[in-house]
Amino acid sequence: MITRKKPEKFRLRRTMMFMNAQKPALIKDAYIYGSDSIILDLEDAVAENQKDAARFSLYYALKNIDYGDTEVLVRINGLDTPHWQEDIRCVVAGGADGIRIAKCESAADVKAVEEHVLMAEREFGVEEGRTLLMAALESPKGIMNAYEIVTASERIFGCAISGGDFRKSMHVQIEKGGIEMLAARGQMLLAARAAGVQCFDTMFPNIDDMEMFQEEVIQNRKMGFDGKSIVSPKQIRFVHDTFAPTPKEIAYAEKLVRSFEEQTDSGVGVYTVDGKMVDIPFFEDARRVIALAKACDVYHGDL
Amino acid sequence: MKNAVNRDIPEMLLTNGKEVYQGKHYMDGKYIKKDSPRSCRHVKPQESKICASIQEACEKCGAHDGMTFSFHTEFREGDYVAAMVARVLVEDMGLKDITVAATSLGNAQSNIAEYIEQGKIIGVQTSGVRGKIGEVISAGKLMTPAIIRSHGGRPRAVEAGEVHIDIAFLASASSDCCGNAKGVGGKNNCGSMGFAIHDAYYADHTVIVTDTLVDFPNLPSSISCIDVDCVCVVDDIGDAAKISTKEARMTDNPRELMMAEQVADVIAATPYFKNGFSFQTGVGGPSLAVNRFLEDHMVNQGIKMGFALGGTSSAICKLQDKGLVEHILDTQDFDQGAIEHIFKHPGHHEISLSEYANAGNKGAYVNKLDYVVLSALEIDTAFNVNVITGSDGILRGAPGGHPDTAAGSKCCIIVTPLTRGRMATVCDKVVTVTTPGDCVDVLVTDYGVAVNPLRPDLIQCLEEAGIKHVTIEELRDKAYSLVGTPDTLTWEDEVVAIVEARDGTILDVVKKIKPFTVE
Repeated sequence: MITRKKPEKFRLRRTMMFMNAQKPALIKDAYIYGSDSIILDLEDAVAENQKDAARFSLYYALKNIDYGDTEVLVRINGLDTPHWQEDIRCVVAGGADGIRIAKCESAADVKAVEEHVLMAEREFGVEEGRTLLMAALESPKGIMNAYEIVTASERIFGCAISGGDFRKSMHVQIEKGGIEMLAARGQMLLAARAAGVQCFDTMFPNIDDMEMFQEEVIQNRKMGFDGKSIVSPKQIRFVHDTFAPTPKEIAYAEKLVRSFEEQTDSGVGVYTVDGKMVDIPFFEDARRVIALAKACDVYHGDL
Repeated sequence: MKNAVNRDIPEMLLTNGKEVYQGKHYMDGKYIKKDSPRSCRHVKPQESKICASIQEACEKCGAHDGMTFSFHTEFREGDYVAAMVARVLVEDMGLKDITVAATSLGNAQSNIAEYIEQGKIIGVQTSGVRGKIGEVISAGKLMTPAIIRSHGGRPRAVEAGEVHIDIAFLASASSDCCGNAKGVGGKNNCGSMGFAIHDAYYADHTVIVTDTLVDFPNLPSSISCIDVDCVCVVDDIGDAAKISTKEARMTDNPRELMMAEQVADVIAATPYFKNGFSFQTGVGGPSLAVNRFLEDHMVNQGIKMGFALGGTSSAICKLQDKGLVEHILDTQDFDQGAIEHIFKHPGHHEISLSEYANAGNKGAYVNKLDYVVLSALEIDTAFNVNVITGSDGILRGAPGGHPDTAAGSKCCIIVTPLTRGRMATVCDKVVTVTTPGDCVDVLVTDYGVAVNPLRPDLIQCLEEAGIKHVTIEELRDKAYSLVGTPDTLTWEDEVVAIVEARDGTILDVVKKIKPFTVE
């Protein structure tokens, strides 16, 4: 029986790959592709009359497959269904790292899930507070309430927008350039950063259109996302490459960190590097870049 | 007697100077006395060499009991000619004690399995056995052990006189009345005739079998009329649908793509990846997809491939059309795109199996190969590869150019999933060694990469490039943890096939299978 180590609330989550929890051939070794997280899906990927079968498949996968350092999350059914409570029992009993709350619209939704997670942790003798949560925002209401949602529980490590449902409720289609979700993405990012949690973009559904996928990933990074939901292993490498700091960014961050250490010793607060004025927030961001570069395995310096 | 890959070779096979495998360069520098054909002189001018039937051609060439007949398999599963000729020899002419020397044998020749069972065909020398023929040989029904040779081992054995071909029946897409023949210009085209060319030089008699007779002279030709005794025109030499697909399909399987990408990354991390490098890959699953990922590395680094070798598909032809490949040295064509490309691009050349891979000549093209990407049915912790016997011990595969390219190349990469169904691909001991471990350098699986400890230089390259790798034992353990450790196979004592190393020494033997019984 596999016992997973205690999940880390903040860790590298560039890619979160969805897969149907009911398909043993998919989930038996999903970690080999190298996505940071996998999301075993009990919700939309599983037919209504197969929910129970999927829970069994999920539970035995969690208990028998060593996913190693790959984070294992489970997307549970929405709170408007009869399934979500049993889903939570299955996830907690199996020892998954966390739960993705589908169609989350309010702090009350998060608290309801949290309450059942705690009950399940007690029921199955799992360390209380071990199971993490993330919120999938799939409606205008969810986006409007993003801040209260991500601050509703200590277990919440982040939120993600779910484009499929969201676009339908906004009467828009997926557009080149992403204008149809620009405001929602922006608002969710603000809420997440304000709350100090991570923020993830929706999956890109058209697996064969690599060009548009890549444009979207590049935009995601420019907007400040931490990562992205994906639906195919083919999408992993580009996201990882795009979210990793570039050699130029790393070099600049290194320069900042080193110069700051020197300046601090001589008691100067604000100064210039490469002709640009810098102060403490620059230093903090530079440290973040170096840490991310290390996590992405692209840092080879000695800081 | 144990050989260099630790296989016990029965002493009874070590006669007439036959030796056991002693390492990949054991025969280097040794001399060979070449065999020569006993050729019939055609002095008196003749209008045509066309015969009314295959039987007439056989009679003209003096076909009789005990002879060795050869066929090539450029038409693969779509070939009609080998089966057609075998039927004439056995059923119409009543010949017996026949030896078949083919470049491969499979489902298209399954009547040969019947003739083996009837005792009419008593010897088989081939580079591959699939389907029913493999089953009857494994059941011990062939009178003498089959001899399995690589694509390079076959012309070596022919030149050494270890197999002397009495009559070569060479299917050709087009021919003129005197036997200038080629793999294009007909209704069933195969492109390169690389598998057939060498037989025409060494066989006592050569019969061209075609379904498209063209005006004399059919030039440029792959086989010259000066080596041809007879020409037979038949309705169809093959089934076009089974000869080749329109375009070898690039896999869309994420697992195969991931492995292909990893292979390309390994290649790009090694020092031979520079302008003018040479490369060969197969057409199956992840192997073919390597082309796609390699292209990215070539473009990024601004380098071109000097030559691509061996079996050819559209993928490599397209790279050549983009100016990324200088030369293609082509032994067989896997799809219509390659067949149409071969004689059109000035850098796309047809080469014979001897030029390709023969370890008995003065240096085949495989010796100039930087990289080869190959698959495997099994690979063991000594990096020995099996591509010939299934997990049940039955013959069902073909070494083809596997052992030759592995031995010749600077970097041989095996790409295979860690498990296939319930079978562990990485194992303690392969059922049959077809490519010795001293020729294999890197293993890429869906669960990780392992480098042969014989190549510390490559280990260092991977580490410098940040490519993670593990030991092959770790991969084996992972495989066994997933599918369980299989029981060892049990065999009868009778040897049903001899696996020859490319240099003519004995690499392994295949024994008669023991019928499975439930206790």
